[in-house]
Amino acid sequence: MFSAGLDQYLILSAVLFCIGLFGVLTQRNVIKIIMCLEIMLNAVNISLIAFSQYVTPVTLTGQIFAIFVMVVAAAEVAVGIAIIFTVYRNRESVDMENFNILKW
Amino acid sequence: MLEIVFALLAIVAVASAIAVIVVRDIFRAALCLILLFMTVAGIYLLLHADFLAIVQILVYVGAISILIIVAVMLTRDARQGQPLGNLKYPAVIVAACLLGVVVFGIVNTAFVMPDNVPLQETVKPLGKALFGDSGYLLTVEIATVMLLSAILGAIAVIREK
Repeated sequence: MFSAGLDQYLILSAVLFCIGLFGVLTQRNVIKIIMCLEIMLNAVNISLIAFSQYVTPVTLTGQIFAIFVMVVAAAEVAVGIAIIFTVYRNRESVDMENFNILKW
Repeated sequence: MLEIVFALLAIVAVASAIAVIVVRDIFRAALCLILLFMTVAGIYLLLHADFLAIVQILVYVGAISILIIVAVMLTRDARQGQPLGNLKYPAVIVAACLLGVVVFGIVNTAFVMPDNVPLQETVKPLGKALFGDSGYLLTVEIATVMLLSAILGAIAVIREK
């Protein structure tokens, strides 16, 4: 039932994803939330590349998907940190409690 | 042999991922995140994804972690770190339930694995797949436009009036 090859990578990916999810839900520092998002994206990339190795070993579909995930991650970090700087300039804080500008 | 290497990398990856959340000093958390990125690159090497491992080092260890460290340095009250929010126990329950469901699904699924020998060197096939005639050329173009617009958007957001 437990095949050592693919399953171990998928379970590692699931563990890392859940650690990242826990961090996103609990942290109050916005920069730490972005770090945990990066952990989640890396976990997804591990599972995509494991699938690429074991399920599509010749066409490399999973690795191509992982490249696009990396592109989206880079864009996400750039925009996210720009937003953090803008809010920090207004509020002098990176605490999630103070990120309520859009709330009314 | 490979099993031992994988076990070591997995232990370091999970430990550094936990350290990112647990460590109070946010600069040390960023260093733990860099360690996690490097172990993930090692896992890519184990999976014969040599190009992806190099891209992981270049993009994550080189660029994204530097961006995060710059953000840490430029925000003043980030250094001492804050305690966990009041969502702690629901978050534990949600994450544990998700982990249980996903692991159950992984263990009980019979994946269709072809018997082909995996490619040992992936740079040339990846280039042909990304830029070849029948490949992902349109997706590559869309990704480049998205990256350019994201960078322009970041500059527009951050610029002082």
